[in-house]
Amino acid sequence: MRRRLALLAATGLLAGCGTDASGDDGNGPSGTLTVFAAASLTDVFTELGDQLEDENAGLEVRFNFAGSSALATQITQSAPVDVFASADEPQMQVVVDAGLADRPEVFAANVLEIAVPRGNPGGVTGLADLGRDELAVALCAPEVPCGSAAEQVLASAGITAAPDTLDEDVRAALTKVELGEVDAALVYASDVATAGGEVEGIPVPDAEEALNVYPVCVLADAPNPAAAQAFVELLRSDRGREALADAGFREP
Amino acid sequence: MSRPREGTGVPLPLVVPAALAVAFLVLPVIGLLVRTPWSSLGEQLTAPGVGEALRLSLVSATAATGASLLLGVPLAWVLARSRIRGRSVLRALVTVPLVLPPVVGGVALFLVLGRQGIVGSWLDDAFGITIPFTTTAVVIAETFVAMPFLVISVEGALRAADARFEDVAATLGADRWTTFRTVTLPLVAPGIAAGAVLCWARALGEFGATITFAGNFPGTTQTMPLAVYLALQRDPEAAVVLSLVLLGVSLATLLLLRDRWLRGAAS
Repeated sequence: MRRRLALLAATGLLAGCGTDASGDDGNGPSGTLTVFAAASLTDVFTELGDQLEDENAGLEVRFNFAGSSALATQITQSAPVDVFASADEPQMQVVVDAGLADRPEVFAANVLEIAVPRGNPGGVTGLADLGRDELAVALCAPEVPCGSAAEQVLASAGITAAPDTLDEDVRAALTKVELGEVDAALVYASDVATAGGEVEGIPVPDAEEALNVYPVCVLADAPNPAAAQAFVELLRSDRGREALADAGFREP
Repeated sequence: MSRPREGTGVPLPLVVPAALAVAFLVLPVIGLLVRTPWSSLGEQLTAPGVGEALRLSLVSATAATGASLLLGVPLAWVLARSRIRGRSVLRALVTVPLVLPPVVGGVALFLVLGRQGIVGSWLDDAFGITIPFTTTAVVIAETFVAMPFLVISVEGALRAADARFEDVAATLGADRWTTFRTVTLPLVAPGIAAGAVLCWARALGEFGATITFAGNFPGTTQTMPLAVYLALQRDPEAAVVLSLVLLGVSLATLLLLRDRWLRGAAS
């Protein structure tokens, strides 16, 4: 109930999402497939969506990428959605608790990594450097998944970080690294993998302590269940797993 | 600005859309009030960090308004009264922050004033000053986003003001600076006040440029809108309460100021 309050931020994005999906034409899915997915999945899902469109003439895949909690709110405010992929289990649980989906499957996992600007100007070698006062450090805010994961990793390593900013999402922290405005940030390994040449990653020992898992589900009221199922199957196939691995995700 | 009127005298074709406009603007606020968890209000309000965020918001919005007045009023004069070339281009440039998504504005500020920025890297090398992630950065981000509101309002007031008063002052021997101070400024004071209110309100609600350029750290850069956004991620009830606090304080401030002006104008 409480979470429904978050309708504040929600519905604007949805105008224009067609629901003229038909689904079964005998040979393969067609119509429109609407996928709501966590922002960190942007690159890999877009690629998989293109593949699915190429293989099924008459199928159009539409994505809405945003923070998982915003997406969960939009779905509970009855946005017409076929597939929901969340960056953490609590946000998927919001949708399950609302009776809109059941049996979500975990399809990928992500660990934290230290991201530093190219050339590593701060000379960062490990988690302990995040406590150095003279470095500019970005962490995610504890309210968002990457921030609570960061708290766990730092706590289990016994390190008190000295962050200069607690960012609202992982991409905001990464942007500050890309611009060279911070010397280090704790972000997901997949973000480092897709960031390109401006960012270097330093693996964190014991990062598995705070493994972040990604569940996906087909919504109970999916306007196009056939296409939704096809997308989830692609995600779970060898091809899908390979694409996820290339994008820096781990096997769950 | 009350003037004598006969009856309410509002034509029907205006009443209906005006009433719709009021409903459209006010209903979301009523929605917030309905959903407010009144029973836990006290607990939410005294939560650590709320007072700090509120104080920081008020201080930085006021500082941003001050900076906007200092720089924006002269700019508005240039746009309205001067005969320099490329004035329309200049005006278009001034309105860029209105159109730019604030987050992009924040990145743009990094590129100029950040550690690696054009001006920022020089400040760092020469004086050891770094601006990002400081309260100064909050004020700069808010000024960037809010000053155009002031400039546009004041320019409008200057254009509407009767320039003949200034001409008369000039024929009586006043130089342009004296004319500006003693004739133009008093003439457009209500416009400046309205612009300053708009600017202050916009600065108070500023989110995107602030969280990008100044970051988010309690006590240093976490203003109320940032606190509200983050609360929304975990505890929407707390977010509603925080929004109401911001709303209440800003309304109270504006009403208080308005009272003072009205009384000042009447006497």
